[in-house]
Amino acid sequence: MTRQSDAVRPVSAPTRRLTAPALITLARSALVLVFALPIVFMLVSSLKPDLQIFSDLGSWRAFAPVGEITMDNYTGVFGRVPFWQFLANSIFIASTTVVLGIAINSMAAFALARLRWKGRGLVLGLILATLIVPFETLALPLLWWVNKLPSLEIEGFSLAFTQGWLNTYQVQIIPFIANAFSVYLFYQYFSSIPKELDEAARVDGASWFSIYRRIVMPLSGPAIATVAILTFLPAWNSYLWPLMVIQDEGLRPLMIGLQYFFQLNVSWGQVMAYASLITIPVVALFIAFQKSFINSIASSGVKG
Amino acid sequence: MTIRTDAAARTNQESSPPTRRRKRPGARSLRGERSTAAWMISPAVVLFVLFLVIPILLAFGLAFTNTRLISPRPGEFIGFDNFTYLFTDPLFWASVRNTLYFAVVVVPVQAGSALVLALLVNAKVRGTNFFRTVYFLPVVTSMVVVSLLWRFMYQKDGLINQFLSAVTFGNFTPIDWLNDPAWAMPAIMVMSIWQGVAFHMVIWLAGLQTIPAELYEASEIDGASKWQQFLFVTWPGLRQTRTLILITITIAAFSLFTQIAVMTEGGPLDSTTTVVFQAVRVGYQQLQTGYASAISLVFFVMVLAVSVVQRYLTREKN
Repeated sequence: MTRQSDAVRPVSAPTRRLTAPALITLARSALVLVFALPIVFMLVSSLKPDLQIFSDLGSWRAFAPVGEITMDNYTGVFGRVPFWQFLANSIFIASTTVVLGIAINSMAAFALARLRWKGRGLVLGLILATLIVPFETLALPLLWWVNKLPSLEIEGFSLAFTQGWLNTYQVQIIPFIANAFSVYLFYQYFSSIPKELDEAARVDGASWFSIYRRIVMPLSGPAIATVAILTFLPAWNSYLWPLMVIQDEGLRPLMIGLQYFFQLNVSWGQVMAYASLITIPVVALFIAFQKSFINSIASSGVKG
Repeated sequence: MTIRTDAAARTNQESSPPTRRRKRPGARSLRGERSTAAWMISPAVVLFVLFLVIPILLAFGLAFTNTRLISPRPGEFIGFDNFTYLFTDPLFWASVRNTLYFAVVVVPVQAGSALVLALLVNAKVRGTNFFRTVYFLPVVTSMVVVSLLWRFMYQKDGLINQFLSAVTFGNFTPIDWLNDPAWAMPAIMVMSIWQGVAFHMVIWLAGLQTIPAELYEASEIDGASKWQQFLFVTWPGLRQTRTLILITITIAAFSLFTQIAVMTEGGPLDSTTTVVFQAVRVGYQQLQTGYASAISLVFFVMVLAVSVVQRYLTREKN
């Protein structure tokens, strides 16, 4: 059968089958260059003085750590920008958003998936409907709104209510904790956990919250990992929002720090160094947990 | 679902130890569930209302006022003035054109390239994980970093021109990509696709792996060529994935902002100003919250319209 159709084709089938894997590997390798070389260029340029970066541009040397390799750009970065402060801010903001997000969104999903109450379907539908609204639609009204919210300030021994959340940590965290997509992911996952486990625990007198805490959540490792990754990355890479709401240098996250390098004379070597510093931790995490990363994205895409 | 749970609970209780009182799961336990549900879901609901629902309502409301971000006087109702100004503003129409230009190119190219990549990676040839990981590197790199890196590479004496020069044996006149109104947007398109394609490759891959192997085996027995297999087994099997990918890329394409802010600030000659960039420029730099809300509203309607049209065009044709 296969023989017959092969005979009809002009190209000799056995040769085609032999070289197909080779062609595929060739195509894949060419693409590796496309995706990896710019990043290699960034890392390598961060180790070279500006003049050499430009003179190396015309050849393969742009991608190789050859010539005068120096950490000057990196020391320049630390001199120009409060890097550790920015890093601490980013870590604090991103992790708080992720941790609080997991807690609050999973509780909401549990209430939606496991408990019976009137209006459950409606609330779920409303939450899912908000998935269409891109953040950028809300950003400007939200900016005006957070400026009107009361904020608690502690000065010495007195508490004072001031207006406006601008230039705070909370404005970078709290609006992003409740996340419809996280609720959805937890909801889908919880729905796949057998209800018999709940029943058994209820018979033993367990409260719903302890069913959530001791049974359902411990079984939800993959969902927690997925939500953690899918909320950490946007929080870490956040640019538009911190740009608008933070003027205070002490509160800025890493992404905003890049502006500092364009204020006077631009040293592209330093820009590459800063860019590398921001990128290396996330890439390292990614390579270490790549199976988790990719499975998270894949599972979020294959909807039930 | 509820009926099953009730029946199961009833069975459990009827066969439970004699010391337990017989109890129908009635109003009391349902009340208990309701109150637990209430407090478990309330933090999320409060946050949603505060930071999602209210801003949406505000967008509707503020769009009809001349409110400013910081002002001694509160805003006044000005009816449709913002919108009439908006629809007669050439800069707004330029931003709509630019946004559509970007979306119309990037959506099919990125979705298509992602599928090609997924097919390549999915092939039964060794090394899948390695290639998948490398292709994914740009995705985990922040868009800000990618924008800066490519801004550097797009310089007149930068890497891209050097590469094109080398590949054409010196017959290429260097283009100042980001300063040329004709090339700035295409340059940003290429960069955006480079950064995002592997993300959608992974989603295609997941979809590919849900297609049962038996379908391929059956088609091989029937003598189908690889291309026929793609057309009659793979492509139909990817319907759901296709819809999801199209919608997510489209919404992301319409929301184009970060690259513009970091690379071109809307220029040169407003050729890269997008709707969102314009809204931010107006609402944040120029502090005109009312006008920015009007733009945000129009943006939301655009996205909604496109999503609905896409949903309709890719619906199940019975």
